[in-house]
Amino acid sequence: MATQHSRSAARFMMAPAVVLLLGWMLIPLSMTLFFSFKKYLPLRGDSLGNGLDWVGFDNYVRFVSSSSFWPSVITTLLIVGGVLIITVVLGILLAILLDQPMWGQGVVRILVIAPFFVMPTVSALVWKNLFMDPGNGFLAHVYRFFGATPVEWLSQASLQSIIMIVSWQWLPFATLILLTAIQSLDSEQLEAAEMDGAPILSRFYHIVLPHLARAITIVILIQTIFLLSIFAEIFVTTGGAFGTRTLTYLIYQRVLESQNVGLGSAGGVYAIILANIVAIFLMRIVGKNLDA
Amino acid sequence: MGRIQLKQVEKSFGDVTVIPPLDLEINDGEFVVFVGPSGCGKSTLLRLIAGLEDVSGGVIEIDGSDATSIPPAKRGLAMVFQSYALYPHMTVRKNIAFPLRMAKVSAEEQEKRISNAAEVLNLTPYLDRRPGQLSGGQRQRVAIGRAIVREPAAFLFDEPLSNLDAALRVGMRLEISELHKRLKTTMIYVTHDQVEAMTMADKIVVLQAGIIEQVGSPLELYHTPRNLFVAGFIGSPKMNFIEGAEAEKYDAHTIGVRPEHIDVSETEGPWRGTVGVSEHLGSDTFFHINGTGLADALTVRASGEVGLNRGDTIFLTPQADKIHRFDRQGLRIG
Ligand SMILES: Nc1ncnc2c1ncn2[C@@H]1O[C@H](COP(=O)(O)OP(=O)(O)O)[C@@H](O)[C@H]1O
Ligand SMILES: [Mg+2]
Repeated sequence: MATQHSRSAARFMMAPAVVLLLGWMLIPLSMTLFFSFKKYLPLRGDSLGNGLDWVGFDNYVRFVSSSSFWPSVITTLLIVGGVLIITVVLGILLAILLDQPMWGQGVVRILVIAPFFVMPTVSALVWKNLFMDPGNGFLAHVYRFFGATPVEWLSQASLQSIIMIVSWQWLPFATLILLTAIQSLDSEQLEAAEMDGAPILSRFYHIVLPHLARAITIVILIQTIFLLSIFAEIFVTTGGAFGTRTLTYLIYQRVLESQNVGLGSAGGVYAIILANIVAIFLMRIVGKNLDA
Repeated sequence: MGRIQLKQVEKSFGDVTVIPPLDLEINDGEFVVFVGPSGCGKSTLLRLIAGLEDVSGGVIEIDGSDATSIPPAKRGLAMVFQSYALYPHMTVRKNIAFPLRMAKVSAEEQEKRISNAAEVLNLTPYLDRRPGQLSGGQRQRVAIGRAIVREPAAFLFDEPLSNLDAALRVGMRLEISELHKRLKTTMIYVTHDQVEAMTMADKIVVLQAGIIEQVGSPLELYHTPRNLFVAGFIGSPKMNFIEGAEAEKYDAHTIGVRPEHIDVSETEGPWRGTVGVSEHLGSDTFFHINGTGLADALTVRASGEVGLNRGDTIFLTPQADKIHRFDRQGLRIG
């Protein structure tokens, strides 16, 4: 893209994609903003055709002052945080394990990646019915085998169960990214550290972990973006009951169960703000690893 | 102290024997260079001594005690890797301090040794930089610094200069030699470059396919190579080899004459040929001589500028006392 001519040609050819992308993002965003300032209850006869009443910040005030708001924010952060910790820690361990030379390495690696290909709805249902069901689930049988009373996972330990299901889905992603990072570590660095007298844990802490910092950052950032909006796993398991109502789920309930589009849209705007706060926060903590 | 003895040491990877059983003795304070073509097992041998690879057989003794199964960190050896293997996220200071931190050396002692090493290696202004912000030569010096502060019994270098440009290489060669004079610590240095071997070594070990072809001082190897391989490998440009009738005049299967031991004349001499390519270095001129009927091409060296051009006829006289004779097996005669 050196010359004036090639630059303008490039802009011209990129224009359709940019316009499409802008429209894709801007239209829903502005509609959400628009509805959030309106009273819009379709079941009560409100419709775009009849014109909607302007209610100012009413929806915003009502969404926050609802008793479910703060619990849903906390639930969201607990799920995101829990899944991040589990996937990063287990991801590093699995990546180190998979990096060892072993028989059938290729097959094992594919198996590890497999959960990522299962649709969230399906995997959540599999967990719910095959593993966590208190009557017939696998875990219930294991508990009974040892003479213990089966746990009713999705009601007694609902949040933990959701975190477990979501972690299971995202662990392959984290493992894969971290594995490629580990493979790019120069083995001479480890050997140098070994000769310098660093025992295996020191080598991990001083050499491997810093080398993985950037990959961990990427895992955390990408997963956070997706985890803030998990929905299917909650919908098919607890339906938002037993303290598993995240912000996303609350918005869904406001719009579709209570048929209050204006209130839900205000919640949507809060979700955008929350996502940005989390993003800025994360960038502050881990973003410096992306420089250099 | 840094006396290292290898007794019947061998190494194979699976079915492939890289190093057949081999004996070698390295005395305290010696600068020993392992030299040989790429893939001949130099690095493997060095890594066996370092303990980074397990031997398949034999014993490695350091200062008289068996070190064969001692882990690398406990052997008291320091290694400088070809890729430098610096820790990229640590500053130069932290890189150099790393072995001291691992050895739990006190903070003051660390500071003292680091500033000492930095001074010796001209690294003082760079102590707070990261390896990524240094030039190749500086990185090399950091790697050496990290080895020095441990005060090891011996230094192991694996082709440390091969990533540097030619000018820097000559400079670092001198610095390493000076370091050896100053520290008087045993150094084992691996290279495929016979010039490095000749200029730096007290003792050269010439390897081929994991076998030691000859051990000796640079001049011993130059004057009395034990076989054809050593004769051809040591010295630049390569020794000329002549077989057949001419060699039989000397009661040998092959004779070898170095380019610098052939006198050049425009009028007389026992060997006659035509000048092919000439390489003018200013101080010397190398001629490639064709059509002698003795070998495909002979290389001769003439001092300074000589007024000979491509296609000119030239007469050559080998210096009688500088002719090396080899038998049918390629071993030196006499
Ligand atoms: N880890 C290994 N596994 C199998 N073969 C190896 C290994 N390391 C080295 N080799 C083989 O050993 C031979 C000598 O290698 P190396 O010691 O690195 O040679 P050099 O350093 O002299 O160039 C080569 O043929 C190489 O392929
Ligand atoms: Mg090598």
